[in-house]
Amino acid sequence: MKTQDLIEKLPYSEPFLFVNEILSVSTEKITGTYTFRRDAYFYEGHFKNDPVTPGVILTECMAQIGLVCFGIFLLNEEQVSENTKFVMSSTEIDFYRPIFPDEKVKVISEKIYFRFNKLKCKVKMLNIKDEIVAQGTISGMILKETVQP
Amino acid sequence: MTSEEIYEKLKPIIKIYLPDDISANEINKSSDLTRELNINSSHLVDIILDIEDVFDIEFKNEDMEKMRNVNDAIALIQQKVSK
Repeated sequence: MKTQDLIEKLPYSEPFLFVNEILSVSTEKITGTYTFRRDAYFYEGHFKNDPVTPGVILTECMAQIGLVCFGIFLLNEEQVSENTKFVMSSTEIDFYRPIFPDEKVKVISEKIYFRFNKLKCKVKMLNIKDEIVAQGTISGMILKETVQP
Repeated sequence: MTSEEIYEKLKPIIKIYLPDDISANEINKSSDLTRELNINSSHLVDIILDIEDVFDIEFKNEDMEKMRNVNDAIALIQQKVSK
């Protein structure tokens, strides 16, 4: 599957899409990027007159690249339908550096395991200088159609 | 291995993944893992992975679908251990 196809298969849209580009993907590892737009809605309130990207949004960006794009690749194109649901089940992330408006980040996610439709990954986020912004583990379930989370 | 021996090894595994609103005393052989013990689908996978380690067996995708309650798990483990 081409990397652009992975992004097209994502179930997100603006203002909650946090993937610009997938740089590389294999069965073991995925790398992608995102640039946080200055006009993103959350900067208005986080914080008052002091825009900093919220940790939950950094986590979401890590999950969209490191878990959902990766999961779509691992499942293969044909197995992903509109009814496929992605559910984040667990996160444990440490944060090291802030990300300000207009900053570009790189997310690298390495598979710990993908079994019984559960994908668990070691994920890190780097800034443009390749400094660690955040790192930890994220897991999620890929659910087919009628199954409840 | 008897089903009783399996049950004694299985109970502590399940206990790890119980949410705060379920007490370990509520585990019995007929407990439905998701509906009664409130274990989510992600932790159900964790339970299977722990079972694989503890009993040195391997589960297949279809095995997971068969595992609704504690008795189902015991039966699956027994079947695999004896192979």
